[in-house]
Amino acid sequence: MSDNPIREKLAELKELAQAARIDLAREIGELEKKLDLSLTPESEAWRRVELARHPERPTTLDYARAIFDDFMELHGDRSFADDPAMVGGIALLAGRPVTFFGHQKGKNMKDNLKRNFGMAHPEGYRKALRLARQAEKFGRPVLSFIDTPGAFPGVSAEERGISQAIAATMKGFSELTVPVIVTVLGEGGSGGAIGIGIGDVVLIMENGFYSVISPEGCASILLRDPSKARHSASLLKLIPEYLLEFKVVDRIIPEPAGGAHKDPAGAAVSLKAAIITALEDLSKKNVEALLAERHAKFLSLGTFQEQEPQRKSLLQRLRDFF
Amino acid sequence: MIEFGKQKGWIRYLTEHPVRRKRDERLFIDEKHSCPSCQRPLTAEEMERSLYTCPHCTHHFRLTAWERIRYTADEGVFQEFSADMETVNPLGFPDYEEKLAGTMQKTGLKEAVVTGLCKVGGREVVLAVMDFRFIGGSMGSVVGEKVMRAMLVGAEKRLPVIVFTASGGARMQEGILSLMQMAKTAVATLALERRRCPYFVVLTDPTTAGVLASFAMLGDVILAEPGALMRFAGARVVAGTIREKVPENFPLSAFHLDRGFVDAVVPRQKLKTTLSFLLGTHPVQQGSKS
Repeated sequence: MSDNPIREKLAELKELAQAARIDLAREIGELEKKLDLSLTPESEAWRRVELARHPERPTTLDYARAIFDDFMELHGDRSFADDPAMVGGIALLAGRPVTFFGHQKGKNMKDNLKRNFGMAHPEGYRKALRLARQAEKFGRPVLSFIDTPGAFPGVSAEERGISQAIAATMKGFSELTVPVIVTVLGEGGSGGAIGIGIGDVVLIMENGFYSVISPEGCASILLRDPSKARHSASLLKLIPEYLLEFKVVDRIIPEPAGGAHKDPAGAAVSLKAAIITALEDLSKKNVEALLAERHAKFLSLGTFQEQEPQRKSLLQRLRDFF
Repeated sequence: MIEFGKQKGWIRYLTEHPVRRKRDERLFIDEKHSCPSCQRPLTAEEMERSLYTCPHCTHHFRLTAWERIRYTADEGVFQEFSADMETVNPLGFPDYEEKLAGTMQKTGLKEAVVTGLCKVGGREVVLAVMDFRFIGGSMGSVVGEKVMRAMLVGAEKRLPVIVFTASGGARMQEGILSLMQMAKTAVATLALERRRCPYFVVLTDPTTAGVLASFAMLGDVILAEPGALMRFAGARVVAGTIREKVPENFPLSAFHLDRGFVDAVVPRQKLKTTLSFLLGTHPVQQGSKS
C-alpha cells in the first residue's frame, strides 16, 4: 500500500517535521484521518477488484513467458475443440519439466474477442483435465493459473455441459498423484475459477480476488441495486487477507507498488519464487500424504455449529476412505 | 434429436414447456384448486395420490424434503444425520441471520438439505434430499458439510448413496466459503468411488449453478424428473455478463437427455421402482480398495 499518495505525503511530512524540529502535529493528524477514510474496507476491496481487472495486468501467457525457461503450448480437449480462453502446455521451470494451464484474457478488444474475455467453455476445462492427467502419467507437477470473470454462461456452454465439465475437472484434480499448485493471478470468478482450483497449495497475487459471484452480480441479485457493486465487493470479503483467514488460500504473493502491471517482471519474480518454494515443499511428500492432505484441505472448508461436534472424528477416519 | 442450429434447439423445448414457473405454485393449487400449468381443476387428495404431479398435463410440482423422503424411503425409520447443524454468518453479511431465522420458521427445517439413513426397496441406503424452499436450496457451509458427511458415511458403511438435488446454486451470503463447498462435495464423491459405493443422483426442479456443477453431475447414474430446470448460469447472470438472452425455463431435462448429460428422465411415479432396480443391479461390493 506504499502507492497510496496520502501515506507517502504523510511519511514526507513526518520526516520534514523531525528534521526541521517544527510542530506539524495538526497537519499530520488531519492527513491520518484522511488516510483512515481512504482505507475503509469498501474502497480497499474495490481497489483490488479494479487492479485485478486492470486491462494491462499480466496474463497467464505473460507469466509463462517470464517464469519458465521455455514452454510449448498444447491445444485441444480431444473431443470437441480447442478453447482459446484456457491455455496450457509443457514447460521447464528452473530446469524441471512441469505442466501448466490457466485462463487467458486478452489485452485489447480484438484479442479479448478471440480469448472470450477469459471465460472458458466446457472444452477449456476438459483440456485442463487432459493436460493434468498427462502430467500425472509423466510425473510432472501441475501449475494451474486462475484469471477469469467466470465460466462462459451462454447457451453454447450449456449445450456442451459446462456444469459436468467443471464438476469432472474438480474431481479429476482431487485424485492426481502429482503436486498441484494453484495460483489466483487476477480475477477468481466463481465456478469458472474453482473448476481448476483444486490443488495442494493455493496461492494468490496480492491484488487478486476470489469470489462466489462478481460484486456486480451480488449487487443486482442480493442488494437489488446494480450500482452497489463497490459495497458488495466489501461485503463479499473477497480480498486475499480474508481468503487467508478463511483458509481458502495458503499464501499471498506480494506485487510491485501500484500493482503487477506497473512492473510485470517484478511480479513474475515473486510468483516464480513462491511457486518454486511450494514445489520444493510438496516434492518431499509421498503420494499418500500428498493426497490425504489435499483431500483434508478441501473437506474441512466451511463454518457451522452443532451441539455434538463430530467433524474431527470423521476427518480422522478419512484416510481409510480414499 | 434436435437440430444443432444456434437457436432452433431451445425454441423447440420452449414450445414443449411453455410454463413460466411460479414461486408459489403450491399455494396456487391451494387457493385456486387448479393446476398453474394447464389450469384444469385439481384437488388436494388428487395431488397427494399423484405424488404432486398434475394428472392432466403431468406437470411435476416441487416437493418439500420430507415429502420426498416419504415418497422415496420404505416405511419405517429414517435416521437423520446432523439434524442440529446450523449455519453461522461467516462474513457478517447484513440481514442474513434474520433471513435464516425466518426461513427456519416458515419451513420447519434447519438447512436446505436433509440427510439420513433409511431403506429403499428393502436396501439400506444413505439419502440426501434438498429443499428449494430454504433460501432457494442454496449451498452454504452446512449443506456442503451435510452432503459430504452423507457420502463419507456411505463410504464407511459401504452403502449406496442417493441424492435428490434442488438448488439455485451457492449461497452468496457465505461468499467464498460457499464456493468452496463445490470443491468439498466433489472431493467427497471420490470416497464413494474408492469404496465402490453406488452413487445415484436425481435432479429435480430446479438444479442450477454451484450444485449442478459439483456433486449433482458426478453420479454413477444421473436421473432427472420431467421438466426440471437445470442450468449453470441464471438468466440474470447471463444477461449481465454477455447480453445473450436466455429464456427463464431453459434448458429442461429433455435437453440434457438429448445432449447426453443425464441417463434417463423418469416420471415421479416411476422413480421409486427405478431406484429399486438400480439398487438391485448394484450389489454390495466386497474386497475393493482399502
